[in-house]
Amino acid sequence: MPESVFAPWDDPSEEPLIRFRNVTKQFGDFTAIDDLTLDIFEREFFALLGPSGCGKTTMMRMLAGFETPTSGVIELAGQDIAPVPPNKRAVNMMFQSYALFPHLSVYENIAFGLRRGNMPKHDIDDRVAEMLKLTRLEKFARRKPHQISGGQRQRVALARSLAKAPKLLLLDEPLGALDAKLRQATQFELMDIQEKTGTTFVIVTHDQEEAMTVASRVAVMDEGRIMQVATPEHIYEAPESVYVADFIGDVNIIRGTATPLGEQRYSISHSADAPPLVAVSERPFATDQTCHLAIRPEKVSIHAERPDGADNAVQGTVLDIAYLGNISTYHVALPDGQVIKAQTANTRRVSRRSFTWEDTVWLSWTATAGVLLAQ
Amino acid sequence: MNRLSWFNVTSLTLGFAFLYLPMVILVVYSFNESKLVTVWAGFSTKWYGELLGNEAFLDAAWVTLKVAVLSSTLATVLGTMAAYVLVRGGRFLGRTVFSGMIYAPLVMPEVITGLSLLLLFIGIGLDRGVLTIVLAHTTFAMCYVSVVVSSRLLTFDRSLEEAALDLGCTGFEAFRLVTLPIIAPAVISGWLLAFTLSLDDLVIASFTAGPSATTLPIKIFSAVRLGVSPEINALSTLMIAVVTIGVISASLVSKRNSLRQQRDEQAAARA
Repeated sequence: MPESVFAPWDDPSEEPLIRFRNVTKQFGDFTAIDDLTLDIFEREFFALLGPSGCGKTTMMRMLAGFETPTSGVIELAGQDIAPVPPNKRAVNMMFQSYALFPHLSVYENIAFGLRRGNMPKHDIDDRVAEMLKLTRLEKFARRKPHQISGGQRQRVALARSLAKAPKLLLLDEPLGALDAKLRQATQFELMDIQEKTGTTFVIVTHDQEEAMTVASRVAVMDEGRIMQVATPEHIYEAPESVYVADFIGDVNIIRGTATPLGEQRYSISHSADAPPLVAVSERPFATDQTCHLAIRPEKVSIHAERPDGADNAVQGTVLDIAYLGNISTYHVALPDGQVIKAQTANTRRVSRRSFTWEDTVWLSWTATAGVLLAQ
Repeated sequence: MNRLSWFNVTSLTLGFAFLYLPMVILVVYSFNESKLVTVWAGFSTKWYGELLGNEAFLDAAWVTLKVAVLSSTLATVLGTMAAYVLVRGGRFLGRTVFSGMIYAPLVMPEVITGLSLLLLFIGIGLDRGVLTIVLAHTTFAMCYVSVVVSSRLLTFDRSLEEAALDLGCTGFEAFRLVTLPIIAPAVISGWLLAFTLSLDDLVIASFTAGPSATTLPIKIFSAVRLGVSPEINALSTLMIAVVTIGVISASLVSKRNSLRQQRDEQAAARA
């Protein structure tokens, strides 16, 4: 592995900054976190991604100290943090609602945490000035939170939570309140600030695009369990389950039964009146084992005639066309009723678009395009 | 501008006459030359002069003010504490009972509150005076304060307190530096409410006041039983003036604040 690539999770000698060990959290009868084990490393930008109610916010609140695990241990830099109250933890949090103190100026909001220690006055001034510069808020230091815009408030919240130079910064849906354009710009700003300060960031989000953009690793969660932890590329290209494949991006799932052909090649019969498909899988499958072939729409190409030499080719009729400007997604119905999505980049003007509704078309993909999943 | 129909004009006149005619008569007769309240004998301010020379009235006014300030301050402290615990204390044993019980004095007839306090003070051998009135007023004003403050706390964004804890505050610091400044307007209106309630209370005060201390409402009430003197008109006019000035300045301040807030928000939206 080259030195330049940041991947402490692949290095067995690296000590994690945060370690969840068999952590369970119950609220009455409801299990929010179910026997969860996870390592997060220093300088990581780690995303907890999942639908609402999957336990991601509970994990964050346990790190901040607002909830305690029912069982299991959470360690920060090798120390069990359960007995440490929130005000004594080297962890700061940026709240979803920003939670800016409305009666204090931007300056005083950022200085709030610093004033709680016994930092000399001029050091506080220097640190606040540094934070204002980092978040480009110098002009607004004297304003009250209601006198600035939403994007500026978001930056004040970030500056305030970074001011104490925490070991770990928690971000709870930090960009939820911003509009799409500002959101994108802010995502890059966040990554930039994370890199500059070298702080470990843990972000909670339900927006998969956001998680993919900012994070070094993503944990996909469902019902209190982690389904998969991996880099964004890995999560997208090599999901380990149908849930993860389906949650991240768009995907076609074809259900069938596998027959090994040798050399990691499998034949998948998915329909009585269609020839079997071919896929390559490192994960072994037994004969007649139920399997799911997950293929991303952009890896399926669409043709007017049957393509020569394709590993997989199926015929169908165009059911729907979603035109998104830069790309178009064709929904193609196969004879057995299954709908396959195929995506093409619109490199030509729309007038040259070659397929329309009800056209009979051929779809094709290579044997390595899809991922074969057991469940 | 819309013209009002005759029906609207009539309702407006009747309604306001109903509300304010008694007070107008009271104010007008406070400037009456004659000692007889019902006969107009020319303009004079002599009753105001006599009022200022009347020791008994001035004493009663001073006692009333003292009682109001002390009891409303005490009621605000206790009421805010009660509200905070009931809204923020989470679920504890008997919480529902407690929150119901704190509002009971609101619906309890004042006569009963007064009588039970009187019995208590006699029972523990406390001499009736300023102290007993202060305690009695605190008791019934506290639940009003607690209602006002807890309704503000219910809409208070909890994450503000969590943010304070997260940034290194102890629980008490978070309350003092974040919660209290933000709910201050509600606490102040709770104090004002308690102050007003204490100022005009007659029933409970008459149970708990002793010969050493009489409040203004008791003084006025007992004076009127011996016949209405124009001095009382003058006193009441002064009280009306104070209340009017208070209400007008409070509404001006809040109007100015809301205008400023609006301007700030517009400026922020443009920025």
